[in-house]
Amino acid sequence: MDNKKILAIISAIAKKIESEKDFLTELDNEIGDGDHGINLARGFKSVEEKLPTLADKDIGAILKGVGMQLVSTVGGASGPLYGTAFMKAGNACKGKSQLTDAEFASAINAAIEGIKMRGKAVEGEKTMLDALCPAYKALKDGIDSGKNLIDALKDGVDAAAAGVEYTKTIIATKGRASYLKERSLGHQDPGATSSLFILQSTLEVLRGA
Amino acid sequence: MKKLINSVEAVEEQMILGLVKSAPKKLRKLEGGNIVVRADKKENKVALVSGGGSGHEPAHGGFVGKGMLDCAVAGAVFTSPTPDKIFEGIQAVATDAGVLCIVKNYTGDVMNFEMAMELASDEDIKVAHVVVNDDVAVQDSLYTTGRRGVAGTILVHKIAGAKAEEGATLEEVKAVAEKVIANVRTMGMAISPCTVPAAGKPGFELAEDEVEIGIGIHGEPGTHRDKIASADEIAKTLLDKILADIDYKNQEVVVMINGMGATPLMELYIINNFVQDYLAAAGVKVYDTMVGNYMTSIEMAGFSITLLRLDDELKKLYDAPADTPALKR
Repeated sequence: MDNKKILAIISAIAKKIESEKDFLTELDNEIGDGDHGINLARGFKSVEEKLPTLADKDIGAILKGVGMQLVSTVGGASGPLYGTAFMKAGNACKGKSQLTDAEFASAINAAIEGIKMRGKAVEGEKTMLDALCPAYKALKDGIDSGKNLIDALKDGVDAAAAGVEYTKTIIATKGRASYLKERSLGHQDPGATSSLFILQSTLEVLRGA
Repeated sequence: MKKLINSVEAVEEQMILGLVKSAPKKLRKLEGGNIVVRADKKENKVALVSGGGSGHEPAHGGFVGKGMLDCAVAGAVFTSPTPDKIFEGIQAVATDAGVLCIVKNYTGDVMNFEMAMELASDEDIKVAHVVVNDDVAVQDSLYTTGRRGVAGTILVHKIAGAKAEEGATLEEVKAVAEKVIANVRTMGMAISPCTVPAAGKPGFELAEDEVEIGIGIHGEPGTHRDKIASADEIAKTLLDKILADIDYKNQEVVVMINGMGATPLMELYIINNFVQDYLAAAGVKVYDTMVGNYMTSIEMAGFSITLLRLDDELKKLYDAPADTPALKR
């Protein structure tokens, strides 16, 4: 994976988030404050505008630039969380212009660790981690067992989708949905859903190559 | 959506500009951000910085001025401001005495303020923070996000602001802010929802005969839905929850009856009429009462009740002078 591919992925994520903006906001209306789609779309739009200035940078610098842009434009909780995720992933790819499959997986792990640190959250609390953690595990298992990146990431996306379904069955203990207690049951988590979209967009770009 | 706005994108900035133009001798907006500071930077005192999403007016920009905040940073409607903007605010008002950030306990606010304070510390700015969590609707536990910061935040601004104005150290100002937080409790409800301009439709829907109890200040649904009842009955529901949380008996308190934005003063006074009698019967001594819109949720209809338990120090600081657009004393 090279920096061109990373740029294409970021661009695909931005488009996906824009097209799912209303759906994410709708989900957030149910159990949050109804701005997840609006905030993320605003952030990724500004990321897309910034991408040309990152085009000739290495992968670490691109991801870090994306993270900083998200932090300064999204706001709310998702800004620091996704921003920190991209910044930590960038840190894991510092100076690299190519990533092996294992390095790609490590970058995703670094992103997840960043989200845990910033959000003081773990799996099972009805957050984006409920999509991301199982996705990483499936991806890593796939790569370790010799699958190619596309197949391994496909496993990851499936695991993330299952994770999103799982969020319907649990009560939120982190984030704004936690104020609803058992009323958050039956609703899928908007953050887990946007995380699934990010992984899906990544897979679509890799498949298209 | 029916609102008196010019464009969804311009809501926050035009609101801040309008606020500043309402008190041009006292307030100033920083270039390039929805950040309100005092027109004249105050030196030799701890600087107080607060902020959060827009839509809570007069909070927080309306509480910038002598005796209260030095700076308020406004994010998009119901969305925490970003770390770079909070950092700009901190930098603009920082003094050698340090900066105290007053943060409401919402995940986004806490994370964005933490990142901003990391940036400030990197620049050798002395910075500390307190997190306000006065909302008794939410259960407090180690394993949850914890209670929300709502209308009680205004009393933290007032009292910590007075302490800072006296020239107290950062540690002392923080300690008194913590004391307010330990003694202030709030519970709110809504009878009609609000619409975030960018979303264009209400955050939740209520039938004609329904109310939402335990609401926060972001149009998010509350803890449960009830059938509409009389003002007295609803006020009693909220007050009982507050009185059960900490012991107010034989204590002196400040009462705040806070409107959510669309509730007329007429109704707030009707509620206050009950609250005063009910507190008297419960043996709670009311030192002072504030009735009005202090921490709103755009055009939500509803109210919250806040009680602050006082001691001599808090009483003195509560009474100290303040000169801000939304609170004068």
